[in-house]
Order: sequence, then C-alpha cells, then structure tokens
Amino acid sequence: MNLKHVGNQTVVFANSPVILSSYSVVGPMEAQGPLGKTFDKVWPDNINGEKSWEIAESKLLQEAMQGAIDQAGVPSDQIDFMLAGDLLNQIISSNFAARKLGLPFIGLYGACSTMALGMAVGSMLIDGGFARHVLVGVSSHHDTAERQYRLPTEQGGQRSLSAQWTVTGAGAIVLGPSGAGPRIPAVTLGRVLDYGETDAGNMGAAMAPAIADTILNHLQDLQRQPTDYNLIASGDLGSVGVDLTRQVMQRSGTPLGPEYTDCGLLIYDQKQDVHAGGSGCGCSAVVFAGSIMQRLKAGELKRVLLIGSGALHSPTSSLQGESIPGIGHAVVIEA
Amino acid sequence: MPGQNLRPPTIAVTPQDYQDLTKKLTPKPTIVRNSFWAFMVGGAICALGQVIINLFAAAGLGRQEASTAATASMILLGALLTGIGVYDEIGKYAGAGSIVPVTGFANSIVAPALEFKREGYVLGVGARLFTVAGPVLVFGISTSIVVGMVYYLWH
Repeated sequence: MNLKHVGNQTVVFANSPVILSSYSVVGPMEAQGPLGKTFDKVWPDNINGEKSWEIAESKLLQEAMQGAIDQAGVPSDQIDFMLAGDLLNQIISSNFAARKLGLPFIGLYGACSTMALGMAVGSMLIDGGFARHVLVGVSSHHDTAERQYRLPTEQGGQRSLSAQWTVTGAGAIVLGPSGAGPRIPAVTLGRVLDYGETDAGNMGAAMAPAIADTILNHLQDLQRQPTDYNLIASGDLGSVGVDLTRQVMQRSGTPLGPEYTDCGLLIYDQKQDVHAGGSGCGCSAVVFAGSIMQRLKAGELKRVLLIGSGALHSPTSSLQGESIPGIGHAVVIEA
Repeated sequence: MPGQNLRPPTIAVTPQDYQDLTKKLTPKPTIVRNSFWAFMVGGAICALGQVIINLFAAAGLGRQEASTAATASMILLGALLTGIGVYDEIGKYAGAGSIVPVTGFANSIVAPALEFKREGYVLGVGARLFTVAGPVLVFGISTSIVVGMVYYLWH
C-alpha cells in the first residue's frame, strides 16, 4: 500500500476529494458584516423562535447540513458519515443535529478548528475508500458560548480589547470522491502547543504558536512557500493573534505576505464593535462555505490554505489557572 | 510546554520571548476613557437615586424610609432594564459605573435568573441565581462581620 503520509504531519491524497457543495446559515450580526451577501441563509435574530439558545444553535447546524445535502444533489443513502462538532459541553448542538438527520455520526471536538479538522478527516475517509460521501458541518452561537464560557448574556460589563466575538452561524459541506467543485489535495493536522497564555480573553495569543507551527510544518512537508497560495486564512485568531502569527513566522524565517488573512478579521466590520474579531467554530466555517468557496468557484482563487484554529481549554481549566493549549489544522483547497 | 514535546518546536520563538511579544502586541485597556464613562454613568445613576429620595421625602416619607424606598425603586429600574436587554448595553460603556451602584447588583441577579430559567426553577434559577452576585455577598457580608466586630470592641 502506498503511504499517503508526507513529512512530519501532512497527508497528500491519491485522488483529491471534491467539495460538492457548501452551505452557510448565520445570525443577523454576521449578515450585517462585510461578507453578509455571501451567506446562503440569514436568521432574523439569534433565537429564531426556538426555546433555548442551545436548541437554536443545533437548528442552525441542522439547516446548514440539510442545505449542503440538498445542493450536493447526493441521495442521503449515499452519505456514509456525518462529521460534526461545536463548542458546547458534550457537543450537544452536533449530537442533536445528528439525531434529526439520522446519518452515521462521528462527533469531533477541535474547538474552533473543528471545520478544518472535519474536512481533513472527511477527506481521509473518502480517499481511504471508507466512504462514498461525507457530510461535514460545525456551528457556534454567540449566546450559548457567552453563557458557557463567560457570563449570562444580559450581564452588563466590559470585554477586553483582545476579546473576540463568537460567531452565530453554521457551515457545512459535502465531500465526494469525484465530480465538479474545488478539491482537497492535502491536509496537515496540527499538534497542540501551549506557550503559556492564561488569559481566556486573549485566545488569539493562545492559538498563534500552534497556527505558525502548522503552517511551517505544512510548507516544509510539501516543499512550498507562502506565495504558492493565493490565500492563507487562519480560522479565528483575531487582530492580536494575526499580529503574533506574523511576528512568529517572521522570526522563524518564513514571513507571511498579503496572502495571509484571518476569517475572524473578515467576518465583521470594525464598526460592529467586536474588538479583536470573530471567533467560534462557525467563524471559519461560514467564511469558508460562503466567501472562500464562491471565490474558488469563480476562479478568483486557485489555491487556498485554510487553517482552523482551536483553543483547547475549558472554563474549569481556566479558573484553575491552567494556560490555554492551542491547535491548528490546515486544509489545502484548489479550484 | 515546549521542551517536554516528543518533537522539538518548529517555531523559532521561546515561550518567554512569546509572552513578551504578546504583552507588546495586546492592546491596553483604555483606562482614561473607561474611567470617564464610569464616572459619568455611575454619577448619573446616583444622582437619579438622589432625585428619587428627594421625591419620596417631598411626598412625606422620613429620611430613612425615603432612602429605602429609593433603593427599592433603583433595584426595580435595574431589573427592568436588564429584562428589556438595555442594561448590558449600558454596561459595555459604563463598566464599573453601572456595576457598582445597586442597579448593577439587580442586573447581576436578574441576568442569571433570565439565563438559567430554562433549566427550571429549582436547579436553574434557584441554584444559579447568585452565580455572579454570590462573591459580592460572600465577601460583602464577611467584611461587614469583621467591621462590626471591630466596632463592637472599639466601644
């Protein structure tokens, strides 16, 4: 058997899996942002008539996944696995969406990196011959995240300037072995790095070393330069994390140019007062499923590196004074 | 932490360097602006409290009763503004200015009550009503006991 593993931590597929469809559902605030027109569906408010924030988040995910299935035009009995994850305890948004969809389900947790993680694992399942089609989706919700990680949503207080705003949204894609659409030729799975950041209000700083580490390993494994990509997009580092990533890459001898950006910086406008930018599983998922997919299909982008960024802490670990481990998973997407 | 990894770190930055870099690149809180708004909003809330005390006093209540009635009114106002989703918007600008007055205390009780109502009245509202205000009560009451004992021994 031919080994598809290359270098330190990269997998290069024999037959690059194809992204047959993508679908994004967002809340009103995301729709008011600069990418507002790229999303498939917009909710009028964050709860949309559901009885709790959590059920609303699960519904977002369900709608995104159903939308991706419908657009792919693949019969549901040919979707062999559903891969999903979110930020809530025991990934309930995904579990409840899976309960509704009734597909064989693999729950994933990579914090905000889960979309990239799902795309990587899904691609391996397909190229490995373990599945015909794989549905990948993730969600996050501003208010579920606030109450789980921070304070009740109506509590009045100030957020630090390095804090980020959890995106209310869900994105999903359907992967297949062949067909029309952008392809995933390679993925680089990240490792967990912790450089000692303890401030849960500065998650970009917690994740940046892991992102830089994954980018460096990816480039080294494939013998590439940052300029081999039209777009290198991290998931949700925000302004502080982006600055730190640039600095760390510079000091490591591989400076990143204008091709580098961050989904957390793209999704909101400065005027929306989100401080350092967007975050959450939904952040990279909806930016990818919306804007990036459209630009790939339009031929505006030829080769993209999406690096999902995850902060692998919990409210308990933070209260106990533990620093925040970070992870980055990279996915190459070619038009 | 690096050093314990099975594989050496790829990035050419030590944890110490990185923490220095983080300190340099993380924006500092806007203390002057925050203090200004805390002073203005906190002052406005207290001034409103005083107006209400004066109104109650003018309506014939004694000094003590007028302040108790005004405190109750301010709590009602804080709770109401929390319920209609305004108090957290004020808190975003005012910071301590809207946390320290009694309206802030009302906010920190009503916000969990709204949030955890979905988990039921016993284990939701009942158990978690004081998630935010709890520490204030614990240390506030503890301090008052200490101060009370000092006062008792002094006299």
